[in-house]
Amino acid sequence: MAAEKLSIVKAINASLRTALETDPKVLIMGEDVGKLGGVFRVTDGLQKDFGEDRVIDTPLAESGIVGTAIGLALRGYRPVVEIQFDGFVFPAYDQIVTQLAKMHARALGKIKLPVVIRIPYGGAIGAVEHHSESPEALFAHVPGLKCVSPSNAADAYWMLQQAIQSDDPVIFFEPKRRYHDRSEVDTEAIPGPLHAARTARPGTDLTLAAYGPMVKTCLEAAAAAEEEGKSLEVLDLRSMSPIDFDAIQASVEKTRRLVIVHEAPVFLGTGSEIAARITERCFYHLEAPVLRVGGYHAPYPPSRLEDEYLPGLDRVLDAVDRALAY
Amino acid sequence: MTVDSTAARKPRRSSSKRAGKPAASPGQPELVQLLTPEGVRVEHPDYSIDLTPEELRGLYRDMVLTRRFDAEATTLQRQGELGLWASLLGQEAAQIGSGRATRPDDYVFPTYREHGVAWCRGVDPTNLLGMFRGVNHGGWDPNENNFHLYTIVIGSQALHATGYAMGVAKDGADSAVIAYFGDGASSQGDVAEAFTFSAVYNAPVVFFCQNNQWAISEPTERQTRVPLYQRAQGYGFPGVRVDGNDVLAVLAVTKAALERARTGQGPMLIEAFTYRMGAHTTSDDPTKYRRDEEREQWEAKDPILRLRAYLESEGNADETFFAGLETEADALAKRVRDAVRSMPDPDNMAIFENIYADGHALVDEERAQFAAYQASFAEESN
Ligand SMILES: Cc1ncc(C[n+]2csc(CCOP(=O)(O)OP(=O)(O)O)c2C)c(N)n1
Repeated sequence: MAAEKLSIVKAINASLRTALETDPKVLIMGEDVGKLGGVFRVTDGLQKDFGEDRVIDTPLAESGIVGTAIGLALRGYRPVVEIQFDGFVFPAYDQIVTQLAKMHARALGKIKLPVVIRIPYGGAIGAVEHHSESPEALFAHVPGLKCVSPSNAADAYWMLQQAIQSDDPVIFFEPKRRYHDRSEVDTEAIPGPLHAARTARPGTDLTLAAYGPMVKTCLEAAAAAEEEGKSLEVLDLRSMSPIDFDAIQASVEKTRRLVIVHEAPVFLGTGSEIAARITERCFYHLEAPVLRVGGYHAPYPPSRLEDEYLPGLDRVLDAVDRALAY
Repeated sequence: MTVDSTAARKPRRSSSKRAGKPAASPGQPELVQLLTPEGVRVEHPDYSIDLTPEELRGLYRDMVLTRRFDAEATTLQRQGELGLWASLLGQEAAQIGSGRATRPDDYVFPTYREHGVAWCRGVDPTNLLGMFRGVNHGGWDPNENNFHLYTIVIGSQALHATGYAMGVAKDGADSAVIAYFGDGASSQGDVAEAFTFSAVYNAPVVFFCQNNQWAISEPTERQTRVPLYQRAQGYGFPGVRVDGNDVLAVLAVTKAALERARTGQGPMLIEAFTYRMGAHTTSDDPTKYRRDEEREQWEAKDPILRLRAYLESEGNADETFFAGLETEADALAKRVRDAVRSMPDPDNMAIFENIYADGHALVDEERAQFAAYQASFAEESN
């Protein structure tokens, strides 16, 4: 298989299939991942082809899923677990934060925890409570975990391969509102490093930094700004832990302005860390304060209000205007 | 509605050796049953019930109206008026029987599917739809009918119910608490912890597990290798399996369990053995994992047809009653339809409402920024 247009769902499915084929230690675990193929059909057909021993329908217990994945990893397996929706990861939060994140350090580096936790995250799908959240900062804050989020099908395919091959625990945030967006995937390409940012669109007047679902929004904003004669650079960060600060710095040294966009609440979010570091690193290059666009300090609202809550084109462009006005 | 039950004594764990029981289906642990699938009244040594014709008709009415409400909500979802709906089709007896067993001062902790229980508690059914339409996260004041908000995170409410029951006991009140959850939820740590706490503190809580055989695509065997009601024994309180499609049995067993709790005898687990006739929710496609024949087998045990057969065979309800109920169901459906279609979207500023009881400076700041930003659009369009 070479280059092919795939949706993100299909790309993740293909990636899991490749991983199951190439490494007998890889296991898929989660609620409804078997016959149903997951509620988003990400694991569609995998149990049929690889059997119930490798694609494992688990009891309805997230702490159990992650806790047993830790045990399996200790025994040499590489579990890739699915959390059904962002809001349901919290029963497993204890296992992830107090155990998974710390065991490598506690064992003086002698044991490895190659566990991948896939979480469909983010809003704009008209769902009920607990199905639209962006908890990435809660994980990125924890030393010992790596957190990434692809924004397109090629990254979905390759970043998941790399996450599974990594000996560290990786929280793999899947932008569910973009699940059905299609783009080119070359399964024979040589991918860049998992934690490197990517310039999604070059520009000269201002840098928009985003990851996951907001990359597309930022690309749309950059296209709209172009019509007004503004040249925006869009950085797809791809990784929220570690963050590729060098790439952001290089971009900001060129454009001198930075706006960070994510769906999660702005307060103590990923953008806060980026703003602080870039201010330290680029103080004399900046023409405007680093601005953040994101969710409010409010619970994710009922779906009829999510368009107001989520950063859209208007809010991104508003921040761009404010930054350019300095 | 008041329902008289003579089953206030302590229920014993069922033992298949005892004589005079209705036969259990082969390979199935015994079910408490008072009405066979054919609608024939049978007796059970531990649980009995004696209802007036009016009370029987009342239970029938509850089930019919609840089913109609549920069907209407499913239709409204198909028409795009609701984002999602979790149907209770097939679980009417489990919900009406248990809901009608509660007293007004009891407190109910539901999942997201307890529309029939909500009905019994006097919650206006239209209030249940706001959350599924996406205009709110709840839609009713839990203290008005002692019916807590729907809980989506599986199993969480079992602990809330237990804590509430611990409070009831501390207060010296004689009310009881009932927590609903599914067979899938029985795997959650929260449910296991609720069992532990309730037993240790002898909390007046009844755990009502509706085993509808499926947790989305996973059958009950993916959650447990022993019948769920038997779990209780390991925690030190009784568990019983009741025919969840038999409203009389569910009523009798739940009354007994609540009475037990009220009289200081601690928690009890009821496993209502029933079936989810529809999809898990309107987003689900059961053809991926389930055979049609299974549903057909359970249709023969339909809780509503069963009670109807009994009512008719005893001459306790006539055509006028059934026709009148049909009219009432039509009216309810129309009321629900109209209410949903005219349900206003929330005001934008609702995003910032009720986040803290005491207020919060950051919320105030963001609210003001949001208002100014919204106003800037109004200016532009002027
Ligand atoms: C903690 C958590 N994990 C996963 C889900 C997603 N989910 C919603 S309902 C459901 C199945 C529930 O099955 P069961 O407990 O048997 O109740 P039923 O819906 O069948 O009444 C799942 C997995 C959830 N809501 N909460």
